[in-house]
Parts: sequence; structure tokens; C-alpha cells
Amino acid sequence: MKTNKKLSFTLVAVAMSVLLLTLAGCGGEKAGDEQGSAGGNAEAGASQLDAIQSKGKLVVGVKFDTKLFGLKNPANDEVEGFDVDIAKALAKAIVGDETKIELKEVTSKTRIPMLDNGEIDLIVATMTITEERREQVDFSEVYFKAGQSLLVKKGSAIRSIEDIAKGTKVLAVKGSTSVDNIIEAAPDATVLEFDNYQDAFSALKAGQGDVLTTDNAILYGMMAQDPGYEVVGEPFTDEPYGIAIKKGETALVDAVNAALAELKESGEYDAIYERWIGEKPTE
Amino acid sequence: MDFANAFSSDNLLFILDGFYMTLKVAFISIVLSFILGSVVGAVRYMKLPVLSPALGLIVEVLRNLPLLLIIFFARFALPDIGIQLGPMNATIVALTLFEGAMISEIVRSGLNSIDKGQIEAARSSGLGYLQTLWHIVLPQGLRRMVPPLVSQFISLLKDTSLAVVISLPELMNQSKIVSAQNQNYVIPVLLLAAVLYFAVNYALSLVARRLEARIV
Amino acid sequence: MPDFSILTEYFDVYLEGFLNTIYASVLALLGSFALGTVLAVFRISSVKPLQWLGTVYVEFIRNIPLLLVVYLFYLSLPTIGITLNGFVSGTIGLTVYTAAFIAEAIRAGILSVSKGQSEAALSSGLTYVQTMRYVVLPQAIKIVIPPLSNQFINLVKNSSVLSVIAGLDLMYFGDRVASKTYATFDTYIFIAVFYLALTLPLSYAALRLERRLAKQG
Repeated sequence: MKTNKKLSFTLVAVAMSVLLLTLAGCGGEKAGDEQGSAGGNAEAGASQLDAIQSKGKLVVGVKFDTKLFGLKNPANDEVEGFDVDIAKALAKAIVGDETKIELKEVTSKTRIPMLDNGEIDLIVATMTITEERREQVDFSEVYFKAGQSLLVKKGSAIRSIEDIAKGTKVLAVKGSTSVDNIIEAAPDATVLEFDNYQDAFSALKAGQGDVLTTDNAILYGMMAQDPGYEVVGEPFTDEPYGIAIKKGETALVDAVNAALAELKESGEYDAIYERWIGEKPTE
Repeated sequence: MDFANAFSSDNLLFILDGFYMTLKVAFISIVLSFILGSVVGAVRYMKLPVLSPALGLIVEVLRNLPLLLIIFFARFALPDIGIQLGPMNATIVALTLFEGAMISEIVRSGLNSIDKGQIEAARSSGLGYLQTLWHIVLPQGLRRMVPPLVSQFISLLKDTSLAVVISLPELMNQSKIVSAQNQNYVIPVLLLAAVLYFAVNYALSLVARRLEARIV
Repeated sequence: MPDFSILTEYFDVYLEGFLNTIYASVLALLGSFALGTVLAVFRISSVKPLQWLGTVYVEFIRNIPLLLVVYLFYLSLPTIGITLNGFVSGTIGLTVYTAAFIAEAIRAGILSVSKGQSEAALSSGLTYVQTMRYVVLPQAIKIVIPPLSNQFINLVKNSSVLSVIAGLDLMYFGDRVASKTYATFDTYIFIAVFYLALTLPLSYAALRLERRLAKQG
């Protein structure tokens, strides 16, 4: 039975490839404009940084549904937020023009596979630097310091992490560090995970949970969306955000770090920070 | 709930953009899955050695997996074997394979439903195998296939909504982004999406009924 | 070759989701069979308002995506004061959705029983309900079983949408494994195997049943 299944998977893979080749044959140009725009197609040996500079365009994965960091605006079809402005500043530093950038939508679930595929050059999407993730991708220096916090309906009895008891329903997002952190900080809680922040917040609003947990910066964006909700308690973890780069592309990591340092030096970083977060960065 | 602001002209246009993507992806996938399904269904009907049972196995596996998984595989597993597809092409490939498998079963059972006596009669009157298939079996089989085919196409159109998991900017995804502007938009936007899906699918089923009435 | 250590290490997680998927599918099958039968009877009844109700329900639900039905139940029921968790509202969503298809299958089955039979039963003094119960439905069931078993297989596969509303099903727990291991592809292969372990035997059983019923004629 087991070998049968394995065999069937092989067959599915073969069938998929045959069909795909046919599809690619008749729809070649269509495939071209959707795929392979990032470094994945770089010639062997050439670094991804060279590939980006020679094609003159930076492809960045950002969130499209996260207020303050990356939110698409239906009025002008532009994605707007802190992450987006940082990504544009990086494009200016690396390819010389902040408009030479392509933004692709990622979710916490899809961003690492997309980087691995070479579909995007960088992930600038509220991504916390962790040891486990370092095994998958390389990170730049920290570009934003968040801390995990709690969002509740105004008037909720939950005021801090200590108030989370057995049976408290905590909402979080799949593939994010917040899930592991909350299980560690409040082992008795029931954690429910969603595909994206939007779904998690909708669930909180519908009363499907008592508290939503993720990085405070994202929670402030949710407060801006609906003033009936508030962030409570001190952040209980450090969530340093980094820009993720495909493993082994050290030249690109260096270029991103140099660009970040330059941004901080020139004061542009502070301006971007203030524009979205509403205050100057600490330190 | 805030219907007035949720349905601002900017938001409506944005959602309609998504609806256009839904229709486009559905149309392409309907055409491709119909072609693929007809070929596979016919090959299985003809009971060719090796090819028919091999296709049968693939069809069984595809039919019995959740489409959500197939979409995810098409987007993120195929690159492991060197095929990289963007959200749109991955959705089209996944829908074509999955719905093609479903359609091949419709085609096969449509063909099988033709009385064997007729086929024998045709063969003994001198028609070749393919001629019999083309002139005797296919026209009658097609008639029986129309209703299940149309409901399969409606399923396909609805199934495009699952591509939200790979961020295809279709109706569900655009709705999600509009909802993310303001929590009070969530339910109005979901209701609008329901109305749009209903309108096009209901129209499709009415056309199908007309068609059925004419050919039967 | 997938990494089998994922399967052994996270077997309990997969298993919990697998059992919940079975649970949700069975509940939704029973629920949608009951609801679908009522709707089918509504649609063929001679009482106009019931007919309309049945028709509107079936036409509306059949033509919108399951994903939307499930979202709407999960997010909008609380606005009228009913808060049900992801598993329950997802299962209800599945039931409501599948009932529309089952209603159509049952209606077709009932209509295939000749009018003469029910007229005869009615004129011999049976009430409408009795006629349905003793004459029409037993015959209709035979015709209905094959499409019904297909609906059950669809239910198992469709239950994967519970994952978007934290419905604790196989796909949901599979995603949890994927975010732990980062080996998305391998994790998903095992999810696929678990689904096939349910749906392949079901398809086979459905085929056998269908053949046996066909033989009985």
C-alpha cells in the first residue's frame, strides 16, 4: 500500500511535468512575465547582487494586508507602509532608483518558499530574526525592533500576559514566531492560528478569541483600523525584524547592511520610522 | 458594519479587478481542463494497455486530494523539479489537473453509458473503431455529459477562490485587502463577493439549462 | 524522497487533525443528509412558499464558493450573538453547503419514481407524508446512494477549508507542522497521504456499492 502511494506520487509528478511542459510550450510568454524575474535565473557563478544590478530591478516580498507595514491601497493600487518605504530606499541604494522595484505579495506561510525559488530577492515583511530561520535564510542587521504584545477589546479583563489563564483563547498567525512565544509564556492558553493578520483580527472582532498576539507594531496598525481595540501590557519578547536574503548570498547581505547603515546615518531611516510609527525610534 | 464606506468607488473597482482575475483564470482553466479531461477520459474508455491504467491511477490520486493541497503543490513543490510558476499559472495548472481529472470521469462514464449493442452493430456494418467512436458513441455521450460538465465548470469557478492561499489577486484576495483597511468592511465585502460569484454561476447554470433543453 | 522523520516526530499532531477531519466529515454528512432531504421534499411539495424556500436555498448555496460560506458563518454569526468555534462553525458551513448538493441528488431520485405510484398510494388512503415515507423514499434511496457517496468524498476533501478559520482539521495541523519544520513540501506530502488514506478507500467502496446497486437493477 505504502509503495503504491509512493508510486502514485511519482506518477503525479511525471504527469504534472508533462502537462506543464506542454503548457509552457504554448504559453511561454505568459509564463515569462510572471516568473523568474528575480535572481533565480542568474547565471551559474554570478552573485545575486550582480544579477539584480545587471537587470536593474529589485524584487521584494512584502505583506499586502498589514496596516503600517505593507497594505495595498485600493484607491491607487500602491502598497504602502514602513516595510515598503525601507524596500524602496534599498532599491535606491542597490539599483540607483527607488522606482526600479517590484513588490510581490507574501504571507508568513509563503515567504520562505518564494525566496528559495528565487522569485524574490529580499523579504521585507515583518520577519523576526530567529536561530531556526537562520538555518533557512540569511538575515540583514536588525531594521526594526518589535516586541510581542497583546491586543484586546477595550474593557477586557486581560491587561497583561499574566492574565492569560487556562482556556483563554489566543489568536495568532501561522508560521510566525508569536505562536511559539505565547505557548512558552502562557502554556495553558488555547492558541488558534490563522493564515494572515487580517483573518486573525476579523476572528478577534467576531469574538472568536479573547486576545490576539503578535508584534506590537502590527497591533498598533490594528488599533488604527479599529479604535475599539487596544494594546495592553509591556512587550514580553524581543522581536528584531531582519531583511531575509537567500542563503549564501553574502554580497547581497553586505549591500543591504551598507544601505541600512547609510539610511540611519542620513536620517532617512528616522523619517520613515516617524512617518509610520508616529514617534522617533528609541536609542 | 459600514456598507457605505466599504463600497466606495475605489474599493468597488479594486474588488471588480479581482473578479476579472477570477473570471480570466476560470475561463482559461475551463478550456484547458475540458481538453485534458476529454483526452484522458477517451483514452481510459478505449482501454489501451499500460496508458489507460496509468492514467487511471493518476486520475484517482488527483480526484481524491483536496484542491487546496494541489494548488499549494503547483506553486511551491514544482520548483523542486525545475518548474517555477507564478500565482496565476500555478492556479491554472492546479485547476486544470484537478478539474481535468474530474472531467475525465464524466467523459468516461458518458461514453460508457452508450449501449454496447450499438457499437457492435456499427462495427459489424463496417465502421472502424475510431469512426464508431466519432459518429456513434461521441454524439450520444456528449448529450449526457452536458449537465455534469456544466456543474463541474461552476465548481471550477468557485474553486478559484482557494487561490487566495497563494496570493493570487482574485476576488477573495482583493476582498481580504479591502477588509484590511477597516474591520467594519469585512462582512459587507464578503457579502458582495458572494453576490458576484452567485451572479456569474447562476447565469452559467441558466445557459446550461437552455442548452440541455435544446439538445435533448 | 520525503523526510520521514517529520512524519514520526509529528505523528500525534497529524493524527489529531486526521481524526478531527473524519469527525467533521461524518457530522457534516449526517447533517447535510437530513437537511438535504428536507430541502428536496420542500422543492417538490405543492406548497408554493416551501418550493420557493427550497429553490432559493439550493440555487444560492450551490453557486457560491464553500470558502465564503465558511467565512460568513464564522464571522457573521457572532454579530447576532452566536459565537461558535472554528471547528463547529466550519462543520456547520460544510453541512449547509453540502446539503444543497444532496438535496438535488435526492430530488432527482424522488422524481425518478413514477408519478403513477405515488398517485396510487395517495388514492389508496395514505397521507402525503406516508406516501413519501413508505413508497417514494425507499425507491429513491437506491438511485441516490451513488451521488451521495461521491458527496461524502467531496466532504472529506472540502473539510480542508476549515484550516482557514482555525478549524483544527488535518490541513490546519499540517500547516502547524510546516511552520515548525520549514520543510513545507515534505510536510504537505504527508498531509496528502493522510487525505488519500481516507478518500481512496472511500472511492473504492463507493464504486463497489454503485456496481452492486446497478446489478440489482
